[in-house]
Amino acid sequence: MNVEQWLAVVLDPDLLERYGPRFVDGLLVTAKLVAISFTLGAVLGLLLALARLSRSQLLQRMAAGYVYFFRGSPLLAQLFLLYYGLGSLKGFWQDVGLWWFFREAWFCTLLAFTLNTAAYQAEIFRGSLMAVAPGQYEAARALNLKRSTTFFKVILPQSLLVAIGPLGNELILMIKASAIASLVTIYDLMGVTKLAFSRSFDFQIYLWAAVLYLVIVELVRRLLKHLEARLGRHLN
Amino acid sequence: MTAPLSLASLAPEPDPRPVLIRIEGLNKHYGAYHVLHDINLQVREGERIVLCGPSGSGKSTLIRCINRLEVAQQGSIQVDGTDLAASTRQAAQIRSEIGMVFQHFNLFPHMTVLDNCLLAPTSVRGLSRKDAEERARMYLCKVGIESQAHKYPSQLSGGQQQRVAIARALCMKPRIMLFDEPTSALDPEMVAEVLDVLVQLAGTGMTMLCVTHEMGFARQVAERVLFLEGGQIIEDSPPQVFFNQPKTERAKGFLAQILH
Repeated sequence: MNVEQWLAVVLDPDLLERYGPRFVDGLLVTAKLVAISFTLGAVLGLLLALARLSRSQLLQRMAAGYVYFFRGSPLLAQLFLLYYGLGSLKGFWQDVGLWWFFREAWFCTLLAFTLNTAAYQAEIFRGSLMAVAPGQYEAARALNLKRSTTFFKVILPQSLLVAIGPLGNELILMIKASAIASLVTIYDLMGVTKLAFSRSFDFQIYLWAAVLYLVIVELVRRLLKHLEARLGRHLN
Repeated sequence: MTAPLSLASLAPEPDPRPVLIRIEGLNKHYGAYHVLHDINLQVREGERIVLCGPSGSGKSTLIRCINRLEVAQQGSIQVDGTDLAASTRQAAQIRSEIGMVFQHFNLFPHMTVLDNCLLAPTSVRGLSRKDAEERARMYLCKVGIESQAHKYPSQLSGGQQQRVAIARALCMKPRIMLFDEPTSALDPEMVAEVLDVLVQLAGTGMTMLCVTHEMGFARQVAERVLFLEGGQIIEDSPPQVFFNQPKTERAKGFLAQILH
């Protein structure tokens, strides 16, 4: 088999010309979906972690219940629950003026992903906040730092260093799990793959998708390594 | 006419310095464990006090109460006439004038030495970065560590880190400095450099309370040595009295053990 024949099996130029642009679009949709939901999930997750570590029993229980539910059920089920379940209450959402949101698969997916990753990130943040030495809180109190200064300047930077490894792990899992979005009509990377395959019946399309997911994950891995080195520069 | 010699004139002269810290009836429990038992203590402005005693005697807890890192269940601590527990501006102000140095330094590891010294003065006192930096460099200079200002704590030796911790506390211009076993976590060859800084600080008239087992330091610097046992202050004497004629058997035994 010469190079041309081999290429036709894994990267057929005709196929590439026909579906290449769609793959670029799909890639962008996946990136946007994961970036937005992961960021919003981080904010929500941090708040949940603080709630779990707070002195209020009520906040603790509510946050624990949230984490229990969203970690304990499959992401796919959560997405379907939101999109098909809540989406079926058209009249109600129209009354409260939120139908524009629950009508769209895109928003439902973003919401489901955000709520789901927030639960995982809450546990990561909780662990990393608890990993900061108690002496750091004492030193901050002895210097009479305000609670906000203590949290943002002293505690959070140190706990982020602990969190970044598991957070990267969660991000990578999210990137791969985002393929689920293709099941509710989103043309993300997996969505365009399915579309291209259903038209061409050429197996190499799935190979492309696999390689592209691999490339994103590798990029993220390198980025995180760089970030970790930066955050931990005081340890060298 | 000369005044007749009276017994009163033979008594030690009353200390003219005002009382800065007044602790009355302090009781603290950890669950069933009675860690501080009816502590009454007055510290005058500029006084240098060493607290010693066996572990678990409550000496660390006592100075941590002065800094409100621990809260006692009963009793009061007044500084300059203000109850520390009050939720007034004045109490908050006074609390911020008590500096503390810990056994394990507790420097902020992700900040440079200089930033460690800048954080509180800029965020609590509202100093400009320039003023705070000037002040920080002055104190870092005094503790002999100015050339390391740009380094991270992990790049310094234990003795250097502890000197940074002292400078960091001093940058808040405290009126009272508390030391909780400042040399106990150090390698032996680094104890002296930290003690030198403490001796130098004592010379400036700072009010100091120091939990330590460095008896040479206590002899040299302290005006009073408090010996605690079972959550009570059972001796409160000048060092020459404490070391030469301890009143209690317990203190005698303690001294015999640590002085060999």
